[in-house]
Amino acid sequence: MFKGSHKPAFSNDASLQVENHGTAQYPFRLNFYDKPPLYDVTIEDLEICALDRLRILAEIESSAARNRSWEETKSFTMAQCSKYLPLNANSARTDLHSERRKDHLGHFVLRLAFCRSEDLRRRFIKAESTLFRIRFETDDGQERRQFLSSREFRWTAVDNAEKEKYKAELKANYQGFRNEDDKERAFAQENYYKVRWTRVPDLVEKRKVFLKGGWAYVPSRDQSSIAYQEFEDQLGNALQMTAKALPRLDEDNRLLPILNNLSQGFVAGVSSDWVAPSSEGNEDQVRAEMVDELAQKHFPLCMRNLHQNLKKDHHLKHFERLTYGLFLKVLGLSVEEAIIFWRKSFVGSHVKDDKFNKEYKYNIRHSYGLEGRRANYPAKSCQQLLMAESSSYGCPYRNFSPENLQSALLSAYSSQGLTSSDLPEIMQTVSARHYHVACTRVFETTHAKSGVKRGEGVGAGESVTHPNQYATKSMEMEKQRKDSMDVKAEMEMEVDL
Amino acid sequence: MDDLDASSPEVMRTFYRRLYPFKSIFNWLNHQPVPTRLFTHREFSFTLPQDVYLRYNSFNTVEDLKKQVCLLAPTRFEIGPVYTARPKDKKTVRPGAFKPLQRELVFDIDMTDYDSIRTCCKDAAICKRCWGFIAAAVRVLDTSIRDQFGYQHLLWVYSGRRGIHLWISDKEALSLTDEQRRALVNWMMAVQPGKGKEVGKVIARSGTKPLPPCLQFALSELAEVFSDIILNDQDCFGSEEGYDALLHLIPDSKVAENLREKWSTGPYRTSEDKWSDLKNQIKKYPKGTSQRPILTSAMEDIILLYTYPRLDAEVSKHRNHLLKAPFCVHPKTGRVCVPVDPSLIDDFDPEMVPTVGQLLRELDAAGSQNENGMEHHSDWESTSLKPYVDIITKHAQSLMEDVRRGKRETDTTTW
Repeated sequence: MFKGSHKPAFSNDASLQVENHGTAQYPFRLNFYDKPPLYDVTIEDLEICALDRLRILAEIESSAARNRSWEETKSFTMAQCSKYLPLNANSARTDLHSERRKDHLGHFVLRLAFCRSEDLRRRFIKAESTLFRIRFETDDGQERRQFLSSREFRWTAVDNAEKEKYKAELKANYQGFRNEDDKERAFAQENYYKVRWTRVPDLVEKRKVFLKGGWAYVPSRDQSSIAYQEFEDQLGNALQMTAKALPRLDEDNRLLPILNNLSQGFVAGVSSDWVAPSSEGNEDQVRAEMVDELAQKHFPLCMRNLHQNLKKDHHLKHFERLTYGLFLKVLGLSVEEAIIFWRKSFVGSHVKDDKFNKEYKYNIRHSYGLEGRRANYPAKSCQQLLMAESSSYGCPYRNFSPENLQSALLSAYSSQGLTSSDLPEIMQTVSARHYHVACTRVFETTHAKSGVKRGEGVGAGESVTHPNQYATKSMEMEKQRKDSMDVKAEMEMEVDL
Repeated sequence: MDDLDASSPEVMRTFYRRLYPFKSIFNWLNHQPVPTRLFTHREFSFTLPQDVYLRYNSFNTVEDLKKQVCLLAPTRFEIGPVYTARPKDKKTVRPGAFKPLQRELVFDIDMTDYDSIRTCCKDAAICKRCWGFIAAAVRVLDTSIRDQFGYQHLLWVYSGRRGIHLWISDKEALSLTDEQRRALVNWMMAVQPGKGKEVGKVIARSGTKPLPPCLQFALSELAEVFSDIILNDQDCFGSEEGYDALLHLIPDSKVAENLREKWSTGPYRTSEDKWSDLKNQIKKYPKGTSQRPILTSAMEDIILLYTYPRLDAEVSKHRNHLLKAPFCVHPKTGRVCVPVDPSLIDDFDPEMVPTVGQLLRELDAAGSQNENGMEHHSDWESTSLKPYVDIITKHAQSLMEDVRRGKRETDTTTW
């Protein structure tokens, strides 16, 4: 598919079209992605590669939004990478070719999905260059050197005469040596490369290089800066070109829905749908009378809001009911209990028994897959809620006015330790439109006493991507806490597990 | 002496019609005799009396520009970036497609940033003495940019009142991205001016480490300036307020206390005396003690703080920043924003810059001498504006020469 519609966008090298199952096609772990994947791929393959890569990029974005340090970002991203997109060094005994192929393919599919607006391009470049940097830093030293020398970076090696000429200036950037001899030795071993200063703005900004006549003298230890900059520039240009070539892709109607879905997912900051750990296996059944207490303790703001409205008005509109009902279903409320719950909740409204049985009961059973199409409907994810325009059942972080949101947060969570001093930070992420980060931050704050630390999110640094993920995690944590208080010995076993 | 009001549209119209060197401005912006995108896609904005502000004007030719300027008689006009489309068509192109592409790299140094250290004038006022600060800044910036960044086409323009602008037109400089501009500015920025009475602080040094090499170079230049301007001419540490600021910058309370004792009780000591007092205090610490390097770097910082160029960074960081065009008239002072030769910066006296009233009178006098009734396009030749126009004309010529040479090279080589 890339062959037909995309040829004009990239410079092709015919020799690469040869199917080669070894490391020959991908000699290095690092990839500048200057050659598009010129082979047939199944649509499933394409989607899987893209989705898995998207998880990583979403993790990187949320790291940035949460102000994680570079080391934290690196370790969280590496953890996600090893789960969804492992990429090993040449020395590893894994299927290098398929790893690298997946990396290659995923990148190019996402290019198609994210080339379409300035904003998406900018975010994609940022996330992708961060990923490249993480991989570059964790790359095997030997392989990294080979990779660098395999590419033409348009730098000029500084010869000894020139190095001697600017010795004083170059040496002034050496710091942290105990004596002059060590410094001298280190300088003698160092190789310098000359590039236009515009290619290493980050080094210039920090005054880490010597500048003369517009040339930056970059020591080999800072070569990476050149590589990063080059990666960003190339990707930026490639995305522009892809955007121009994209209209020609529209004829393939299998791809567009996938691409649209991918870019929407990125916009919502959601890596992918959160999959409930088999709701059947949930031995603690939720009963109708428990919902109120659970809502107080464990629900994310969107569901708290729906619950609040239901209690206040004794009624919810159709889509609100659907959203909340499916959420409760996945939470573990059986259909019998659901009917009881809704019937009780409607007491005091205009809905009488007869009307309820005729109209509402059907809808509830329908959402449990017992009527009509008999489909097992999943609960709405954050992504879907973010797309919902209505303020009554969409994501409150997105839809509420800042004042309303703050008072809603305080009234909902002040009993769980959220204070007004936490609000500025949350509101800041909201105004940056990182709604899922705001929600995750609320989770962290309200679960601090269960030992959730800042930046840990809903476990292993993941952000909230699904209201049920939020609630289930919260319930799990409470259960663990209870268990550990009841039987100390048991806790130790659990920890061992 | 000025009976002609610089804010009157009639005066301005005559000035633009007869004196403003449109041709040279065009050559300087366009780099070629035939209008290119550098001119046609360039934003001009006009400030009319009563603060009416017209943005996103653009012109196909310099004649169109002159016509419009003479028609509107703006109090001043500003030059913006070269956009992806003609700015006057801004409303007809897709919002995302209208972006700044190129722009001279500009710097703005303003005397207000020196208010906490200069002692001769305040606020909007400027005299030959405060110009010393600007002159020092120009020398440092001019040498650094030429030497470190390799740019050659630097045009310094007096802003008409109390500051100076720098326009860099090298090809690479024109195309810098905002990110690269920010990097360059941060490389250049060494001093953060304080608010109000605070002197500010040196931001280039991390901890007690040695200064970066580029600043060590500047420092050796500035040590002399420091002695001339700060210690002698401005006598910055003469008053109690002045030496108090100095003492606050000394990271050793014992030294500071000794000096305060001496200066507040003893007979009056000039700034120069005080500076050598400080040096002597430092010498009391034997070489090799940890106090010695801390205090010497503090002294270096003080020199930088009082003399290093204080840049208005925001002006330089973004391509879409507008900056007043050279040869405009400052509405308050009536002075023309004339180009300045950096090698003669010390002799420049802002109070001697021709005003619009003076120029029009000169024109009248010259006009009555040769009565041919014809209106010339380069009437400035017979006024004291001539040497300044010559500067920009020469500057534009060297730019055009560069482009011509560049063209010839690309014609012969295949890339």
